[in-house]
Formats: sequence, structure tokens, C-alpha cells
Amino acid sequence: MSTVTTEPSVRTSTMAQALNAALRDEMRADPTVHLLGEDVGTLGGVFRITDGLAAEFGADRCLDTPLAEAGILGTAVGMAMYGLRPVVEMQFDAFAYPAMEQLVSHVAKMRNRTAGKLALPITVRIPYGGGIGGVEHHSDSSESYYASTPGLHVVTPATVDDAYGLLRASIASDDPVIFLEPKRLYWSKAELNTAAATEPIGRAVLRRQGGSAVLITYGPSLPVCLEAAEAAKAEGWDLAVLDLRSLVPFDDATVAQVVRSVGRAVVVHESTGFGGVGAEIAARVTERCFHHLAAPVLRVTGFDIPFPPPMLEHHHLPGVDRILDAVAKLQWED
Amino acid sequence: MTVLDHRPTAPVPPWLPGATDPRTDPAPLLPDHTPVRVLGTPELAKHDPELLRDLYRRLVIGRRYNQQATTLTKQGRLAVYPSSTGQEACEVAAATVLRPQDWLFPSYRDTLAVVGRGVDPLAALTLLRGSAHTGYDPVATRTAPLCTPLATQAPHAVGLAHAARLRGEDVIALAMLGDGGTSEGDFHEALNFAAVLNAPVVFLVQNNGYAISVPLTKQSAAPSLAHKAVGYGLPGRLVDGNDVVAVHEVLSEAFDRARNGGGPTLVEALTYRLDAHTNADDATRYRVSAEVEAWREHDPVTLMERHLREAGVLDDALVARAAEQAEALAATMRAEFHAEPQLDPHSLFQHVYAEPTPQLREQADQLAAELAAEAGA
Ligand SMILES: Cc1ncc(C[n+]2csc(CCOP(=O)(O)OP(=O)(O)O)c2C)c(N)n1
Ligand SMILES: [Mg+2]
Repeated sequence: MSTVTTEPSVRTSTMAQALNAALRDEMRADPTVHLLGEDVGTLGGVFRITDGLAAEFGADRCLDTPLAEAGILGTAVGMAMYGLRPVVEMQFDAFAYPAMEQLVSHVAKMRNRTAGKLALPITVRIPYGGGIGGVEHHSDSSESYYASTPGLHVVTPATVDDAYGLLRASIASDDPVIFLEPKRLYWSKAELNTAAATEPIGRAVLRRQGGSAVLITYGPSLPVCLEAAEAAKAEGWDLAVLDLRSLVPFDDATVAQVVRSVGRAVVVHESTGFGGVGAEIAARVTERCFHHLAAPVLRVTGFDIPFPPPMLEHHHLPGVDRILDAVAKLQWED
Repeated sequence: MTVLDHRPTAPVPPWLPGATDPRTDPAPLLPDHTPVRVLGTPELAKHDPELLRDLYRRLVIGRRYNQQATTLTKQGRLAVYPSSTGQEACEVAAATVLRPQDWLFPSYRDTLAVVGRGVDPLAALTLLRGSAHTGYDPVATRTAPLCTPLATQAPHAVGLAHAARLRGEDVIALAMLGDGGTSEGDFHEALNFAAVLNAPVVFLVQNNGYAISVPLTKQSAAPSLAHKAVGYGLPGRLVDGNDVVAVHEVLSEAFDRARNGGGPTLVEALTYRLDAHTNADDATRYRVSAEVEAWREHDPVTLMERHLREAGVLDDALVARAAEQAEALAATMRAEFHAEPQLDPHSLFQHVYAEPTPQLREQADQLAAELAAEAGA
């Protein structure tokens, strides 16, 4: 199998460019990697994540498909069965729903149903979340559907480095990965060193040290939590911020270690709260850290409502004030 | 006798060469060998001049509406606008064939049809303004919410038409979608259900050549999208989608068929979106200007004006009056959209359920307290 090695590069990149670089480098390194989705070819995707890939690798490797998400994912299943490594782009969070049948009944279960004989190394990239003024059906946070489906890894980067490293790791994984891309961070910028940005799936990382309490978060809510931690200094709180990066598998060890050391935790995500990922995190933390906790684990999440119209979304999305209100409730004694 | 008694009781005969049974010979289901045209043909003379003038007037108003809405996006007054510039003939014809009792199932691109059937322009555009999901009353206006998840409205149209028929009511449902939408499973399931249930529903596919950047050649290998009807056993019609009189005629025939118990029809209207997919799209990335210019030569508004003038149906005074009415609508839109919308944060918790759950009440109280604290600060 011929592979082309890519020279490592160091340059300032947006998250969108980092994802693009990860796709390009995986495609160069592994000729079985094939992209397919709506508008991914000529246009380079509506968010330009696949920009230039059809030009470099040709239409067979970067395929503009007919407009049918169930068809796209079902076709990817067949391609994976025959030894290819498909990377599927769903155009927006809410437009991945037609593919649910393929995802839940086949992608998630094939390894199990076939006693390990048939693995499906498929990556499903899904731009998700609000905060970009998107109209109806363009701002869903659907991670809890995926995280509660056994057989799927669920990964979501919050930094430029992780966007690159985790996407490469996801494509290289022999299990199906739901790769959730926080839309509102697509244009965030940082220096990307492609040689250093390697990150296996499954490890949480402490983004900020702090001794008072920890904000446990992921994806689009990471910058909000970092901002809240900065603002909390004025209140005399020294907040740690933990970025989960991978919802499945879940890094119980790191999360428990951090929570035990600080004794107070708030889980923050913009997806709805009821039955959400935050509920799972709060339960796991309580089960593992009960005797170290000075207060119940609290959650700051989107309200339990359909995602609102853009002019009202700021009321729905967890912001700094709502996070600090929760921190204030963590049973502080004088 | 139930409404489903139209089903044949005798076994379906095997296909024979020359057979005309529509279930075995596809030809009767595909009557059009070329797109139906009326403008520029002797057929035009057979149409009521009043109808022709009304269609023209609506086209002019529709074009101005599209231009004004696009301008409003540039001024930040609309979040996004998927323009139907170049496709006004389809939008206008759809709005015109609908009777008050009929239902429209529009896509995100069909606000012009929605306004054309009488919905207030401001109410029709709240979704795209970003102030509310659906700003009009779908029941009072018999217009389903603008639908963004592609083709998902098509089965709804079938179900509604079927329900009306079960109730013995003369109601037709018109579902509008694009060429890309015909690839979705829901579209195919809708066609099949419509045919099996013999539902009084009409599907209008505006084939504007592209689904965002993806040209029809990558979307479908069928000889035409109208052909897709055949496999499900309903007629597929093909019409020049920039000829408003032709679209009106073909849709009227489909409506008559549905009303007379003949069941559903799929109409493919060949047209072109002259603007980008939305204001957020850069169409130069996937199509050449020569193609756009060629379609400008076949602009639905100027085409109609030219042919009606030639036929002596339209004069300067009528043209001027249509332009005036269009300007008046544009002025209303400017005035209404430049005013700040009334936004109520507490509306977030309304209408999630018939009665808010205890949890939603708690969350509503939380937001109210936050806003009160903010106001006090
Ligand atoms: C289920 C689903 N998938 C993807 C999208 C994203 N999307 C919005 S419009 C569009 C293209 C639709 O093309 P077409 O049906 O031809 O209609 P047009 O926009 O040309 O009117 C796409 C892919 C969507 N809205 N719904
Ligand atoms: Mg189209």
C-alpha cells in the first residue's frame, strides 16, 4: 500500500483549517481513507472543512454524494465492509437524523453482531451546537443520543491542536467514531504544530489549575468556562477547568482525580440537561468521589427546550453568569 | 364504500407489448416528452387575460420581494435568506392554484409562495429573521411551517390530504421541494404512500439545477426527476418552471385530477436560482457566470412581460401599476424589518408542551430571576 508522508508544519490555524489539515494528512498517509458527504467536493463543505481535498485526491476520494444522509452512511457501511475507511460529513447536527437508523442499528452494532469479525472504521463528522445565529435545525447538540448508543465513540475537540490530533486518531480508530465539531469554535485560532498535535481518544485534560472547584466541560463550552474561571477570581474563587475531549470512552480516572483534589464540581454543557451527558458525568463523579465532595455536583446546561431562534439563543446557552451562579451554590463556608 | 375502494380487485395483468394499463406501461404516466410551455406558443391565446395579468403582477411583486429580502440580509435585518430569484414563476403559480381550503407545505425557499397565498410578509419571514420559528398560524392560513429538513414535509402533505379525503372534504395538499430533496428517503416514501392511498396531493419539485453546490448530474441518474413518479404509479409532469402560465396550467391539471379522485401528481419544474443558495453562499465556487447569464435570458419576469406585451394583454400602465405595488410591498418590508422585533425571553418555555412540566417552570423562574438581577445591576 503506497503512502505519502506529510512534512510536519507549524503555523497559525483556525480550527476549521486544523480539521482540514487532519483530513489531508490522513488521506495522504492512508489511501483507504475516503470522504463522502453533501457539498464536500467542489465546494469544500459549507464550512470549508474539506476545502481543496477533491482537487488533491480526486472525486473518488472526496465524493459529493446525492442528498440523503441514510444513503451516505449506509454506503459508508458497505465501503467499510470492503476495507475502506470512510469519513462521512453530516452537514449540520439536525441533518444527521435521517441517518439514525444506519447509525444505531448497523454502525454501532456491527462489531458486536458479528462477534468481532466485521469492524466498521467509520468516522462521522458532525458540526454541532449553537452560538452562530443559526436558524431552526442548525444548532442542535445531539451528543446524548450518540453517547447513549453502545458501540460508538463520541469525541469532541475544543482546541485547534485537539481538532487536528483527535480527528486523525478518530479516522485511525477501528471503531466508529462520532466526531462532533463545535461550530462556534471553527474560526478560533491558535498555533498548530502538526507533529506535536497527536492525541489518542479517551483522555480528559486539565486546561486550568484551580483549588476551589472544577468546571467539567467539553467542546463549545470550554472557552465559556475558561472565561468564567477568569471572572471568578474577582469573587475569590480559584476554578479549575477540565476538558473531557472524549465522552465515550469516558476518562473516569482523570475526572475523579481532579474532583477528589478540589472537592467541588460543576458540569457545564450547552446541550439540554434532562437525560443529558451532564447527568451521566454528575452520577459518575458522585459514585466515585462522594466522600471527597463538599457539595453536590451541579449542572449548568441549556434549558430543556427545543433550540430557540437566533435572537433568543443567548438566553438558552450557558454563559459566565449562569456558571458563576452555580459555583456560588457549592455550599461555601466562611 | 371506503375511500380506498379505488384499488383494483382483479389481479394485475402481466405486461404485454402495447399495453396501456398505467401500472404496466409507463408511457401514460409520463405524458410530457419536452417541458410544457405556453409562453411563445399559440396556447397562450386560450388563457384568460385577467389571469395572465394577475400572474404577471405577482411575478413583479415577487421579484421585488426577493430583492428586498436579500437587501435586508445585507443590513443584518434577516439572519439568512434563501432567495427564489429566478424561480418566481413556480412560487407564483403555486400560490395562485391553491384555493382557500387547500394546504401548502413549503420548504425554506418558498416564502414567496407563502406570502403569495396571503400570509403576512413579516410573519412569513420570522424564521429567517431569527425572531421566531414560525411567525404565522399554520391552521388559520392552511400553510405548514417552512420546512428545512429536506423532503420531510412531503409525507405530511400526503397524510393531511389523506385525512381530508377520509373526512369527505375537498382539500388538496401541495408539497414544494427542490431537486436535491428528491434524493431523500422521505420523498420516495411520500410518493409511494400518496399513490397507494390515492391521496389528493401534488408534489411540486423546483429543479433549479443545484442542491447548494451539487449539480443535478451528481444528484440523480434518472432521465428526469418526473420519471421518479413512474415507479410509484403516479403521473410525472415536466414543465418549464420559468413559464408561469405553463406551471399554472400543469398545476391546475394536477389539482383537477386530485379533486376528481385521480390521486397524486408529481410535477418537475425546470428552473434556475439566479442568486446564491443563500446570502451566506458563494456560488462562484461551483458554477460559471456564463451559465447564470444564459438563464437570465430566460428570466421568468421579463419572459412573461415580453410575451404578454406581444399578445396585447399588457400595456405600460399595467406594468407601471405592478411596479408601484411591488415598491409598496418593499417599503412595508423595510419599515417593518427596520423596527426592532418584540422578543420575549419567557417565550422559550411556552408551547414546549401543552402544559409546562414542573422542570420547565423551574427553569423559567431561573431565567426570570437572572434577567431581574441583570436589570437591577
Ligand atoms: C435532511 C437535510 N440534509 C441537509 C440539509 C442541508 N441543506 C439545506 S438546503 C440543501 C440543498 C437543497 O437543495 P434542493 O433540494 O435542490 O433545494 P434548493 O435549495 O435548490 O431550493 C442542503 C443540503 C437539510 N436542510 N436537510
Ligand atoms: Mg435545487
